[in-house]
Amino acid sequence: MASTGDVPLLELREVTVRFGGNVAVDSASMSIPAGRITGVIGPNGAGKTTMFNVITGLEKPTSGHVLWAGKDVGRRSAHHRARMGMGRTFQRLELFGSLSVAENVLLACELARRQGADSRPPAVTVPGGDERPTAAKETAALLEHLGLGDLAGTRAEELPTGLARLVELARALATRPRLLLLDEPASGLDETETERFAALLEDLASSGLGILLVEHDVPLVMRLASDVYVLDLGAVLAHGTPDEVQSDPKVIEAYLGAEPGAEEEMA
Amino acid sequence: MEELFRYFVVFALLAAPTYAIAASGLVVTYTTTGIFNFAHGAIGMIVAFCYWQITSPAAWGQPVWLGLVLCLFVIAPVIGFVLDWGLMRRLAGASTITTIVATIGLLFALVSLADLIWPSGTGIRSVEKLFPGETFELAGVVIEYHDAIALLAAIAVAIGLRGLLFRTRLGTAMRAVVDSRDLASLNGVDPNRMSSVAWMLGCSLAGLAGILLAPDLTLTSIALTLVVIQAYAVAMVGRLRSLPLTFLGALILAEVNSAFDYVQVQFTFSETIEGALGDLASATPALMLLVVLIVIRQDTAALRPDNIKFRVPRPSLPRMAAIMGALILVCAVIANTSLISASTVDELGKGLALGIVILSLVLLTGWAGQVSLAQLALGGICALAVWKMGPWGLVAGVVITALVGALVALPALRMRSLYLALTTMAFALLLERVVYGNNALISSFRPFATGSATARRPPFVGSDAAFFVFMAAAFGLVALGMTVIRNGHFGRRLAAMKDSPAACATLGLDLTITKLEVFALSAGIAGLGGGLLAMWNASSVGLTDYALLEGGALSGLPLLLLAVIGGITSVTGALLGAGLFVIMPAVGRWYPGLRSVMSMAPGLAGIGLSKNPDGAVRQVAEAIEEIRAEDQDAAPQLPAPEQLWTNGHIAAEKAALLDDELGLSWGQAARPLASAGKDGR
Repeated sequence: MASTGDVPLLELREVTVRFGGNVAVDSASMSIPAGRITGVIGPNGAGKTTMFNVITGLEKPTSGHVLWAGKDVGRRSAHHRARMGMGRTFQRLELFGSLSVAENVLLACELARRQGADSRPPAVTVPGGDERPTAAKETAALLEHLGLGDLAGTRAEELPTGLARLVELARALATRPRLLLLDEPASGLDETETERFAALLEDLASSGLGILLVEHDVPLVMRLASDVYVLDLGAVLAHGTPDEVQSDPKVIEAYLGAEPGAEEEMA
Repeated sequence: MEELFRYFVVFALLAAPTYAIAASGLVVTYTTTGIFNFAHGAIGMIVAFCYWQITSPAAWGQPVWLGLVLCLFVIAPVIGFVLDWGLMRRLAGASTITTIVATIGLLFALVSLADLIWPSGTGIRSVEKLFPGETFELAGVVIEYHDAIALLAAIAVAIGLRGLLFRTRLGTAMRAVVDSRDLASLNGVDPNRMSSVAWMLGCSLAGLAGILLAPDLTLTSIALTLVVIQAYAVAMVGRLRSLPLTFLGALILAEVNSAFDYVQVQFTFSETIEGALGDLASATPALMLLVVLIVIRQDTAALRPDNIKFRVPRPSLPRMAAIMGALILVCAVIANTSLISASTVDELGKGLALGIVILSLVLLTGWAGQVSLAQLALGGICALAVWKMGPWGLVAGVVITALVGALVALPALRMRSLYLALTTMAFALLLERVVYGNNALISSFRPFATGSATARRPPFVGSDAAFFVFMAAAFGLVALGMTVIRNGHFGRRLAAMKDSPAACATLGLDLTITKLEVFALSAGIAGLGGGLLAMWNASSVGLTDYALLEGGALSGLPLLLLAVIGGITSVTGALLGAGLFVIMPAVGRWYPGLRSVMSMAPGLAGIGLSKNPDGAVRQVAEAIEEIRAEDQDAAPQLPAPEQLWTNGHIAAEKAALLDDELGLSWGQAARPLASAGKDGR
């Protein structure tokens, strides 16, 4: 464990999730600090999305604890956890398809304001140096920042995957999160977009946001993350800095054993 | 002591088998296909009618054994096969709302079909018990062969299903298929074959239950269809999954019924209490369904997206104001001239009032993705308030209805929308039996004889003509109010809740509270409609107007169907639904030959929903949209083609955008998103 002495933003302690006889997450422990990017890699079926669901409260763990700033939040519902400052995106997109791109983000802004999230600063600077921007202004700023300004009026369900992922990111940022959980955010982005996206994440992390990044693009994770967890069959196979993880024989074996490209989705 | 034994052991044991058979059929189809069949009872009813047709001396007079063999092993399986092939298979993977509406449509179509083939006006039909009159004695109790056979049949069904599900490859696959359809097909089992077998089996079990139940009732389409609501209650004990628990549920229901019988026979009460007890006894299945739904373990499935395909149009306020202004103007002309006959105006008035109830469904079902089958029944609560308190009763009634609506929905809010539909259905039936069916209670609310309903109207719109315009204005105001809601924050919340409950939760939105709010609001609107209907119905004031199915063609269940035909997603659709309400019976009156078609139409349309969930208005609107495709405002804003180029090539996902730009993709770009609707593990 890379302990920093102070309490991490989020901590998982021996979290296990079973679906019937299948173990999706197997006694996994993790610690995610603020202001840095923590990466999670692992083949499909490694339990990454289940772990996200447990953290955000969409799924109840069979055993184990989820600690938010040192407090056990295992019994809090998903919406309570969101109000505490967890924002996330979904691997299988969960945009509000019948709403426009702008409305997707606007709704998140409006909800954040009602829930008192406006005590935290906006995720991106709103032009004009506005300390307390209106929901509409913040929405426009977020869309502009992510290069989605032109698509504001498009219905979300009409977007191709890559752009939809960016809208999900904008929506998650609109809640002014303290921790951002990104599930495969770069899949569907091309090279230039990925570059821009990487810069954006580093920018966000440097402003104090904790980011948990689940991604298939291993080089990207290795470049961005200061801390990497490798999951396999639900268990933490390895943990450390990108260099440590990359030279770990267990990881090399797991990754050479399974062809990285052969990662088709199974329903 | 001996009496207790008779009621709680013998009678209960003899009554339980039929419930168990009916419910196990429901469980088999639900577990295998994921479709909750609201028409299960109606299928049993059709088979029972066929059985009557074959065996009754008044019809073909064939032997009983032949009737049983033909009905259970030929007719019912054929019905099941055809249903599966023509309807149920198409519903695989559809939203819960679509399956609910489609099977309710089927229910209604079957009831209409039965009324068409076996018209109720042509004498009373009765089905004989098996071995009529033959009995034997056991432990001092006389037992009819019929009941003993039912018990044996239930045991045979239990053993047979157990054997099928646990001992055969097909059965194992049938159990697996609910958990994962894809997984089952990977294992080399044809899901279509399984689905066929399940529906054939389910229909046979429904038919057996129908034939066993029919002798205790006069053979009428609605009575037999609703009797099998018992099956819902019983199956719910096993959470629609477990057959052993389903059999336990059957026993519980039988015991509850026995308890009511025992109390009614053994004790004497005042007339009112006895009346109320009788009503309550007739509502035990609904009561039990409600209780079971409340105590059932909550499941978090509410967060799973429902794959709803409704496209909700974005109405513009000025346009809506113009439409509603026109509506009020037309109504004012109709009311103050004699262009249209008084009886038609009477129908139109009902249409306006029911149109408001349909508006409540647009809000709840079309926009929020929740189903309520109790909207009309809730409207009846407001009617009671109007009758008791006069004009102010409308205000009080709307508030009370909103509160009651919220209260009813409360236990089901954390569950899947199917449970909400079942809860509201149980509540509607309970209201119908216990309140609306209780004459003593009703007359205490309705202190006047028929004909004086005008006294209940606000004084400034006392005349029929003025009240007619008043109702049109009420419809217009509700429609405008809803348009404002739709375009505002609450409307966004509803759309978001419908599109992705999971994403809503991760934005900090409390789904339970949002559902409660929309349910209360929608119940209030339904109350307004019901109250206005009570004020309008000057000549015939009857609470059958607020029944679920009893009221015939235009009661609670068909109202949902009409709403869907009109277009459940738009306020103009509600207007169309209300229009259909008036037109369809009128066409039946003008052309008697079309009457049966008209009464069957809502059902058929409900079934058709599996193909087109957006309703008629949307279809027309889409056609118009296509015509004015050049209109820049209608087209989605897309980046200029040159922006899509990066490093001299166009990425695949951007190519889709380009296709859109050129009008080539025909909306194909939406597909990957729609199919990626669910967040797996």
